[in-house]
Amino acid sequence: MTTTIPYKSYLEPHGKYRGLLDWLTSTDHKRIGLMYMYAIGVFFMIGVLLGLLMRIELFSPGETIMGPQTYNGIFTVHGVIMIFMVVIPGLSAVFGNLFMPIMIGAKDVAFPKLNLFSWYIFICGAILAVLSQFTGNGPPDTGWTFYAPYSTQTGTNVIMAVTAAFVLGFSSILTGLNFIVTIHRMRAPGMTWFKMPLFPWALYSTAWIQLLATPIVGITLLMLIAERLFKIGFFDPALGGDPILFQHLFWIYSHPAVYVMILPAMGVITEIIPTFCQRKVFGYKAIALSSIAIAGVGYLVWGHHMFTSGMSFTARWVFSFLTFVVAVPSAIKVFSWVATMYKGSIALKTPFLYSVAFIFLFMIGGLTGLSLGSLATDVHVHDTAYVVAHFHYIIFGGMGFAFFAALHYWFPKMYGKMYNQRIADIAWLINFIGFNILYFPQFVLGLQGMPRRYFDYLPQFETGEILSTIGGFILFAGLIMMITNLINGYRKGEKALDNPWGGSTLEWTIPSPPPMENFDTPPVVSNEPYDYE
Amino acid sequence: MSNHDTEKQHITPYWVYGLILVILLACTFISVDVVHYDLKAWSVGIALGIACIKGTLVLAYFMHLKFDNVLFKILVAAVIMLFVSFILLTFVDYLYR
Amino acid sequence: MSDVAIKHDEHRDDIGAKLGMWLFIFTELLLFGGLFLVYAVYRNIYPEDFHLGALQLNVTLGTLNTIVLLVSSMTVAMSITAIQKGNSKLSMRLVLLTLLLACVFLVNKYFEWGAKFEHDLYPGSDLVLQFKRGSIIFFGLYFFMTGLHMFHVIVGMVVLMVLWFKLKNTTINKDDHVLLENGGLYWHLVDLIWIFLFPLLYLVT
Repeated sequence: MTTTIPYKSYLEPHGKYRGLLDWLTSTDHKRIGLMYMYAIGVFFMIGVLLGLLMRIELFSPGETIMGPQTYNGIFTVHGVIMIFMVVIPGLSAVFGNLFMPIMIGAKDVAFPKLNLFSWYIFICGAILAVLSQFTGNGPPDTGWTFYAPYSTQTGTNVIMAVTAAFVLGFSSILTGLNFIVTIHRMRAPGMTWFKMPLFPWALYSTAWIQLLATPIVGITLLMLIAERLFKIGFFDPALGGDPILFQHLFWIYSHPAVYVMILPAMGVITEIIPTFCQRKVFGYKAIALSSIAIAGVGYLVWGHHMFTSGMSFTARWVFSFLTFVVAVPSAIKVFSWVATMYKGSIALKTPFLYSVAFIFLFMIGGLTGLSLGSLATDVHVHDTAYVVAHFHYIIFGGMGFAFFAALHYWFPKMYGKMYNQRIADIAWLINFIGFNILYFPQFVLGLQGMPRRYFDYLPQFETGEILSTIGGFILFAGLIMMITNLINGYRKGEKALDNPWGGSTLEWTIPSPPPMENFDTPPVVSNEPYDYE
Repeated sequence: MSNHDTEKQHITPYWVYGLILVILLACTFISVDVVHYDLKAWSVGIALGIACIKGTLVLAYFMHLKFDNVLFKILVAAVIMLFVSFILLTFVDYLYR
Repeated sequence: MSDVAIKHDEHRDDIGAKLGMWLFIFTELLLFGGLFLVYAVYRNIYPEDFHLGALQLNVTLGTLNTIVLLVSSMTVAMSITAIQKGNSKLSMRLVLLTLLLACVFLVNKYFEWGAKFEHDLYPGSDLVLQFKRGSIIFFGLYFFMTGLHMFHVIVGMVVLMVLWFKLKNTTINKDDHVLLENGGLYWHLVDLIWIFLFPLLYLVT
């Protein structure tokens, strides 16, 4: 560190090995982030294709291209892949790894080897999950929730799928652990907690959820495996067990897991909006602390998934109340984003467009979530397409669009190249329109009584289902266009500037793509972030 | 990135560990012995209470929490509170069914 | 080419390492926490059956194992004091003693489980399946909880062995002993969980 090192990008070979092995043995956080991204990209496309297959099946009433058992398998696989392999690791493992250490002025995460190890665990889990589809007695048909007692009795390949979820959870825990220690111990000199950018703040809250909620689902899945192997009876009413307890344990993790998906998404949006408005973020502390509040209260709302399960009435209103409480910090963030735009000099670039789409879609998803969180309306729409539409608006419209926003925002920094912004904007428009045509009809269908997870439907739902399938194809076309454009940008795009958007956080102060050690000299921070004045 | 050399190091004398062990063993015997008396509903409370005392001793002395960074104390307390709220909320269901 | 890789200097951060270990311990606590939650729910539903189930367990063996684990927890704690005072010989002996006590625990457990299997008291056996429903759950929980705990004891023994070798080749020494502290923390965790398992399974009658 005494002499200046000649600049060398992290993308260039640097280890003992060459080619693929150079990457597979690298503990560099940026490379691990990219490795996560490529893996997740592949799984995402598999998930998308499965989703498309379901849409084709639902194009017309009756059996279109598959029977009920195949359909059950496909929605289970779609759920397992999308939830455990795409959206939960998505933003934190990809962009958290790529940029969190840079944004806090560190050289790497606290435990780089552990970081690489988590990637390998992730890949192992993913392979198990994919294998579970092709081995044993057919793909699991329980839905991604593995509800007992059906999951303890069905003859399909549940054990392997559950093991996969367990292994993927382990990877998630280790990433969370790594990030907490990194943020606690490795911030640059002068970067106090409240001078830290808001994406690391969001990741910090997320990491606590990953760390403390995942073990609960871990033990639940272990119990499920033991139950299947040894007839213990934890969740089998015939042996004295209580299936509702499984739902409790499952959602103690899986509801907070929703915040694992959405909190980093909110963090990304909080980075993008000030940059493209060239304005200091409104309510910095409110946004930072609302992340913590969401993480904290988010632990205590799991029961709203179980309103119709036979849970006690007292529990129902308590959970309903807490659900409304958790909406408050989310709303604080939305108000802050909108207030940041007010009187800013807005540049309508692709990342910003995706962020605005995020706010729009997230609002629809969030507000329909509140109607699901109130007791009376939930009974009516429980397990209908309304729920499907709601959580796709949150997960895809929220987390997915935030992921695309992050991808377009940080792409020039990641590769040092710029994509074609015009095509990116058009792809955004197609995605946005396709998404709404795909999922909005499902709200209406759900209200009319179309159940979720059915391969067939009554004739009166046909218009809505056809519309939805058409939307699916439009969205698919938009996704292909977006991805092709990015790949073209990587291969023959113009050279990107170090700070193409005029961002103010630390990652824009270093060359694009970043050098191996991020910073030649460790940065010293004195300003607050987003200081555009 | 604090320098490890400047961190003051707390060395717990051997006799402290010995003393803690004696207390822990005493607690264990009390806990086992108390079973023989018919205390009805209290027996669970007493058994768990003694276990909590033992757990606290292990955390504070064996696991050095008493002499460690204050951050660790806060985190341990937060985790315990989180777990307690899991139990309480679950029992809001089971006790009112 | 490789000069850049070498520059990757390992900065040492003991507090960071310990924080990482504590975070890992939290995940373990919550892993068992989920089981304690299940125990609490079923005990609340079937207090009588749990009472009868607990009567079947061998309190003497359970108490013996509690004592063994408590003593082993002390010896591993003392090994840290020893290394801090620069006495690595004593530290190694204490780690070895801990390992020995862990073996005693496992042998004890072997006899305890063995006796249960001899009397057909294991999950899914014909005898157990004829029990009242709460007792079926009790034995399921007993084997699952002690089994998972036993798995942690075995992992802990591997950790202790690694620590012993690291003490031997002075990777762990007077100035750098955070590994020993972290390994010790893991062993205390094993003890801590048993402190709660023991009264819940054996004593609450």
